[in-house]
Amino acid sequence: MNTTIETATSTVPVGAVHTPDSPLDWSEPLVAGTVLLDEVVAPNAPWSTTVAAGQVLTIVDVGGNQSADCLIFDAANADERYSVPDTLAWQGNAYVRESTVLRSNLGRPLMTVVGNEVARQDTIGGACGKESNTLRYGHHTAFQHGCRENFLTEAARHGLGARDLVSNLNWFMNVPVEADGSLGIVDGISGPGKRVAVRAERDVLVLVSNCPQMNNPCNDFNPTPLRMLVTAPGLA
Amino acid sequence: MSRADTRDTASILAARADARSQGDGVSDWMAYLPAARTPYPPAGVDPQLLTWAETVAPGGYTHKVVSRGTRIRLEDVAGDACAHLLVFNALEPWERLNVADTQKIPWQAYLGAGHPLLSGDGRVLATVVADTSGHHDAFCGTSTDLWNLEKYGDAAPHGPSPSGRARLTLAAAKHGLGPGDLPPSVSFFQGLRVEVDGAFTWQGSAGPATYVDLLAELPLVVLVANVPHPLDPRTDYVVGPLRVHAWRSSPSAPDDPHADATPERRRAYLNTVDYAEARGL
Repeated sequence: MNTTIETATSTVPVGAVHTPDSPLDWSEPLVAGTVLLDEVVAPNAPWSTTVAAGQVLTIVDVGGNQSADCLIFDAANADERYSVPDTLAWQGNAYVRESTVLRSNLGRPLMTVVGNEVARQDTIGGACGKESNTLRYGHHTAFQHGCRENFLTEAARHGLGARDLVSNLNWFMNVPVEADGSLGIVDGISGPGKRVAVRAERDVLVLVSNCPQMNNPCNDFNPTPLRMLVTAPGLA
Repeated sequence: MSRADTRDTASILAARADARSQGDGVSDWMAYLPAARTPYPPAGVDPQLLTWAETVAPGGYTHKVVSRGTRIRLEDVAGDACAHLLVFNALEPWERLNVADTQKIPWQAYLGAGHPLLSGDGRVLATVVADTSGHHDAFCGTSTDLWNLEKYGDAAPHGPSPSGRARLTLAAAKHGLGPGDLPPSVSFFQGLRVEVDGAFTWQGSAGPATYVDLLAELPLVVLVANVPHPLDPRTDYVVGPLRVHAWRSSPSAPDDPHADATPERRRAYLNTVDYAEARGL
């Protein structure tokens, strides 16, 4: 093993960088129970896990206003997956809050929001990507990393691909819709240690991209870690 | 007297004659071939340029592969149509309508004239180039079997209240696409608006004889289901006929006003032209 690897330099352009010494609050599970999984998603990184029916996934916004882009699949049949329009149509509302049922493209419950410490969670704004960044910010940003890259990378680990990526959730991101239809990602309303907890209504695969976007306020221009906890309620 | 009593289908020759005698029939919902012979030619369009002419039944669906530069008119004949639309890049169908990008990148949630229908790959699949309705929706997608079972008591594809997803699934299958290939869709002719607290307010139809024109910016697989909007407050399954015409036209040029309207759109059309040029389209 080459022991110099830790100090190796790189000519890869530096993307989003977590500001050193920014305040972090690692918090704890939002729903009590036996902790089955406790992992950190590094800034800019993808992540996934399966959550069994009845278990609760708590996502901690450790540094505050860090968008956690999220897709959910039926663990046994990935053709059934999270659907923004079904979720919104069934609840008759454009925002995700506590008790929102996260529905599949067949209208069936995949997960339910059972705890939420942010006034309003987004599921309209979609994911950033190298290609869409060229429209939003210019072709000079296309070399940067994006959530779509993270989703494709993590999806591939589960045998999924571009066809399986659909409109997603953005935990801790703020996307208001105004009266004239104006819509956009604005400064966040979360903060360090804020949490959301979602209970699996069946066995699900959850993909997360810890958003590396550095051209809008979806992570306060400071990508920070996420803490992911899966608990089994009632087994504590 | 039953139908069988009036028809001579006892032999093959008689059955063939009986079958062939039906060929000139018409219905209220049918395709018109060749398209130039449509009974409802769009005003101001040379009928010889038409490539698609059809009336889609209530609860029905249609689909077509169209070339880059095709202009597609969806018309709400009676004011009760609801056209649920998906578009795919026909050459690489994993590039397809991305509703989130279609709302986010133009900074506008409501569809209307000039709005680009974007893929997730930074390109414009189609542009809304004309819109006399203004009552559309990009939030609620289409209905599912589960939704229609709860709302109407039935969702069988052959029944009185088929779901939009089931219709789009059938349409997709005819182009080799499976259920997993169906992303969220948009719908035209039945609108809603979002309140400050996020609640949807039903807007409904703008009335009969409105239309939306879509310009194909790439070769497209177009899937359309004509079913009630999920949030249509009517408890009955009410949907009217949808008329479709398409004709040869030109794709957007980067200096067209709608393509040059904002920096995001300018780059979206530049990306689209870049792709088309490289592929020799």
